[in-house]
Amino acid sequence: MISVHNVHKRFGSQVVLDGVSIEIEPGKTTTVVGPSGVGKSVLLKLIMGIMSPDAGEIYIGGDNITKAKSEASKNEIRKQLGVLFQSAALFDSLTIYDNIAFPLLERSRLSVSKAHKKVLTIAESLSLGPYLSNYPEQVSIGIRKRVGMARALITEPKILLVDEPNTGLDPLDGQEVYDLINACKNQWGFTGLVISHELPEVFQVSERVAMILGGKIIAEGTPAEMIASTDLAVQQFLNGRTDGPIKIQ
Amino acid sequence: MNLVATTERFGNFIISTTEQWGRSWIFLYRTLIALIKPPYRPFLYLQQLLMIGVNSTLVIALIGLFTGAVLAVQGEYTLAKFGATAYTGPAVALSLIRELGPVLTALMLIGRAGSAVTAELGIMRITEQVDALRSMAVDPIKYLMAPRLAAGLIAMPLLCAIFNVVGIFGGYCVAVGLLGLSSGTFMSEMTSAVGLVDVKSGFIKSAVFGLIFGWVSCYKGYTCGFGAQGVNKATTQSVVTASVAVLIVDYFLTSVLTRVFMD
Repeated sequence: MISVHNVHKRFGSQVVLDGVSIEIEPGKTTTVVGPSGVGKSVLLKLIMGIMSPDAGEIYIGGDNITKAKSEASKNEIRKQLGVLFQSAALFDSLTIYDNIAFPLLERSRLSVSKAHKKVLTIAESLSLGPYLSNYPEQVSIGIRKRVGMARALITEPKILLVDEPNTGLDPLDGQEVYDLINACKNQWGFTGLVISHELPEVFQVSERVAMILGGKIIAEGTPAEMIASTDLAVQQFLNGRTDGPIKIQ
Repeated sequence: MNLVATTERFGNFIISTTEQWGRSWIFLYRTLIALIKPPYRPFLYLQQLLMIGVNSTLVIALIGLFTGAVLAVQGEYTLAKFGATAYTGPAVALSLIRELGPVLTALMLIGRAGSAVTAELGIMRITEQVDALRSMAVDPIKYLMAPRLAAGLIAMPLLCAIFNVVGIFGGYCVAVGLLGLSSGTFMSEMTSAVGLVDVKSGFIKSAVFGLIFGWVSCYKGYTCGFGAQGVNKATTQSVVTASVAVLIVDYFLTSVLTRVFMD
């Protein structure tokens, strides 16, 4: 569903991604884990086509987003994606209702009455009914994440990208977001790519896990395979130890 | 060694400045193209016209009123030395219509609305709202920048007209009410001295200043750096760059327009 082939990205003299290759299988959720600052979010932005790689190619559902010349052709490919951002990235000036309806009205150009029905349906599924007339700053970060999820899923994308799902959340809200991802996956059946450093909690939404370090994917497998990995860096990261090959920046 | 380092720094400065300059022109080009290409979102344009234009009316009118009043006092004082106080009306009107109206309106709008536009776009940038738009296949240039640029282009000449009218009224009140000039002299000298070319010249200037306002404030917000400091820096740079640009462009426009309309 998503193929990342030998992608390189640097900012000035700092090499962030140094030949990353990963396959995201259809219908499965893959989680990319790694310490802060190793380029996980950069990888996500490259997949969204918001940044361009220095070298390498990224295919989304068979379409090469790195070769798309114009913003319009990138937009065509982006229609397959739904994105839940780290901070939910809701529009401050719009109510929660308008935030959820936004992609329907702007991207799908759906009529207002059809969009209204879809918004109410998804809001009910995600228990957002009482908050629809509120503005994002009037609700908790947990609710905002749910709104972000509703906005990402309302166009029924084939692929859901999730950036750091529980950053800034307490353990209860964090667990609620994981439950939400699983519930939504069961209901909508998307292919998922999750970026996270929250271990082992994120394994509950992952069917595949890849660890990125030093600009490369250093290990890949099922959560059980990762836990059983003999790779010192994987073990150090999984167990949250300060001693080992990963140097704390 | 020192010379090499200095040359390198200077070279880097030239390269980054040229790059910035090029990027800002590409940004303007893309925004102007976005303005004319469908889909159109009239509500967004009206919303920006309200925020940038309508909400600035009161402050622009207030500044205009007192600018006209000051011009009447200063004009009458200067013209009295030549025994020409009858020309206070033309002095006030021509100064406002040709020069002070467009320039002061632009500076006020840059300070009041330009900084707000940059800060709003900057915050949208650092909170990933701009990325969210792009991820939803919505062009942020079309959705965010084009309505603001259009609002600047439309609002600036209209606000300038309000500034001029209120300013002339302020000048009239002071000249006639306080300084003892006859109402007939003020009005008749003013209407015979002010021509359509003066109004055209002022209008062209304010349209160009409107473009500068929208261009700089949107570009600085869109390319804002990280965090609160990034927004702070972008907002300051936006106000300073736009204000300086208005004053520099004003000189060249005045020179060109004076020649064009004299011929």
